[in-house]
Amino acid sequence: MSSTDKEWPLWEVFVRSKAGLDHKHCGSLHAPDAKMAVQMAREVYTRRQEGCSIWVVLSNQIVASDPGEKGMYFDPAEDKVYRHPTFYLLPDAINHM
Amino acid sequence: MYTQAMSVGPQDVAAKAKSAEDAAREAAFEARIDAGDFIEAKDWMPEHYRKTLVRQISQHAHSEIVGMLPEGNWISRAPTLKRKAILLAKVQDEGGHGLYLYSAAETLGTSRDQMLDALHSGKAKYSSIFNYPTLTWADIGVVGWLVDGAAIMNQVPLCRCSFAPYARAMIRVCREESFHQRQGYEALLVMMQEGTAEQKAMVQDAVNRWWWPSLMMFGPADKDSPNSEQSMRWGIKRISNDQLRQKFVDATVPQAQILGITLPDPDLKWNEERGEHDFGAIDWAEFWRVVGGDGPCNRERLATRVKAWDEGAWVREAALAHARKQMNKEQAA
Repeated sequence: MSSTDKEWPLWEVFVRSKAGLDHKHCGSLHAPDAKMAVQMAREVYTRRQEGCSIWVVLSNQIVASDPGEKGMYFDPAEDKVYRHPTFYLLPDAINHM
Repeated sequence: MYTQAMSVGPQDVAAKAKSAEDAAREAAFEARIDAGDFIEAKDWMPEHYRKTLVRQISQHAHSEIVGMLPEGNWISRAPTLKRKAILLAKVQDEGGHGLYLYSAAETLGTSRDQMLDALHSGKAKYSSIFNYPTLTWADIGVVGWLVDGAAIMNQVPLCRCSFAPYARAMIRVCREESFHQRQGYEALLVMMQEGTAEQKAMVQDAVNRWWWPSLMMFGPADKDSPNSEQSMRWGIKRISNDQLRQKFVDATVPQAQILGITLPDPDLKWNEERGEHDFGAIDWAEFWRVVGGDGPCNRERLATRVKAWDEGAWVREAALAHARKQMNKEQAA
């Protein structure tokens, strides 16, 4: 067995800090299986009531956009100022629209 | 807790023949650093930046884990149930801090096992402060006050480190760490204000032993920190060793007065002109001796870690075997 075969798989941990908010990525940890991953996430990431719900997912199951293509991917939104409400100037009387 | 100076470790050779493409990428990287951008794990980075960070973050993680030993040593002997619960929580935090940091280092492509191998084989360093023994209960208070105090001083600027996974881990660590220092100081206050003459003497003795090693935690003087300059340029390090040490001395002197103990340095005095304290010369020969492996507890600390790792091997393997078996069962069903 090589060293990596012996290493527990890596999980990404997401925590909901309180009801009504979304789960937020907070870090990762090694655990042998999903059940242990949730339990260990509680010990590592919520020792001070930081959460009321935990998600874990195997790190190698996450599909991500390519950081090298960040510009090509996200820059097109840069010049579309008309997608924001502040683009439209209205008379003061109704400016809270 | 904290890693001392990343300046302690083998120096890498930064300059190598570069292809034109690499040179362009490196220029773009430097521009991002200069603009104050954060670097994420999957972004392109120079090999030297990656290596420096793996070394620093893994040393830092090792320090957290080894740092559990001098205090864990006192959990069963803490004087009250309250102090026992506090110490347990603190030692558990240190374990958690080690885990955050190992995870941050792993994003750079070095496996957890590789890092642990480096620690266990003695190749990787950890903060040499943990090679000093905790002889009395007062030592636990002083470790919280001075050692964690120095650690916080060191760690706060790291929350702005250019490598984002490290910065995020440090924000979490710093948020949890302030309780560590406060609980230590409060434990000492109780001994100094309500304790017997013998207990007060115990506090003074612990301060005498920990003061100089705490100052050494900031690493060698700036003029002897050859790696610092590059780390500062890259935004890995924000404030120099000597500046941090001075800040720590200036912050600690009034705390010592309120506590009613004397810091063991006859040259320590306020310098009106500089607006900060002067202090005596640090025994760097002792520092290098301890870093080199010859401190009071180096062998004991490392042996304890290796033993825990080796004796836990069957648990790690059994948990993995169980997980595989369950998975196969599910797939067969």
